Amino acid sequence: MAWVTFGSFIGSFGAVFLKAGAKRLEKNLKSIYTNWRLAAGVGAYLLSTIFFLLGVRRGELSILYPLVAFGYVWTVFWSRLFFGEPLTRTKFLALGMILVGITVLSLGNK
Amino acid sequence: MSQTLAEPAFISSPEQRRRSVWLVLGCTILGAVAQILIKLGANTLGAHPSVLDMAIRILTTPTLFIGYSLYALSTVLLVLALRHGELSLLYPVIALTFVWVTILSVLIFHDSMNPLRLSGIAIIVSGVAILGKGGSR
Repeated sequence: MAWVTFGSFIGSFGAVFLKAGAKRLEKNLKSIYTNWRLAAGVGAYLLSTIFFLLGVRRGELSILYPLVAFGYVWTVFWSRLFFGEPLTRTKFLALGMILVGITVLSLGNK
Repeated sequence: MSQTLAEPAFISSPEQRRRSVWLVLGCTILGAVAQILIKLGANTLGAHPSVLDMAIRILTTPTLFIGYSLYALSTVLLVLALRHGELSLLYPVIALTFVWVTILSVLIFHDSMNPLRLSGIAIIVSGVAILGKGGSR
């Protein structure tokens, strides 16, 4: 469980770096392969995948999925912190519903 | 840190933001198909495969190879989507992957569709719909 929580934390940074890198993309190859932010994003994703795999080995999937989804909460906070995106009530409502939905869905997967 | 990540700021048009939502939707479908293919292909792996073992299997097993390629493709779509639109709106949409995986598992692996799964899907889809509406403001 600790592995998965850590994995989703790292994965949320992956999203932040991908976003930062994506904003700098231009229509030439050089802007892709010299883009360290994209590389960092992909790296963070791969790393988080490894932590998930470690976590899935022992641990019930019905608890693991909601933990993975909790990474979205981190991402939303980083969006505010790093990109100054507004945190609206609508976003929190939607996010809450998605988390509840994933929890209910994984209970059904038992 | 904030400066390094946030610069440069530019304005995206409503059409571009809407296209971003569709790109993320495509990304979730690709991701779900990838997961199913990898699950199908994972049977060829032993209980504790070495890294080299896994690399060879991925390159020589069509389902694994296509599965991981689709993952790569879905990441490309995600990056394209993130060029425009808010991360905090687009990222939670990825939760739809759980929905597609469940539906595909029922269709392909004949998993049963129970009330809990069905309600979970309905709640996730409603949540994403709310985000989608906010995204096309």
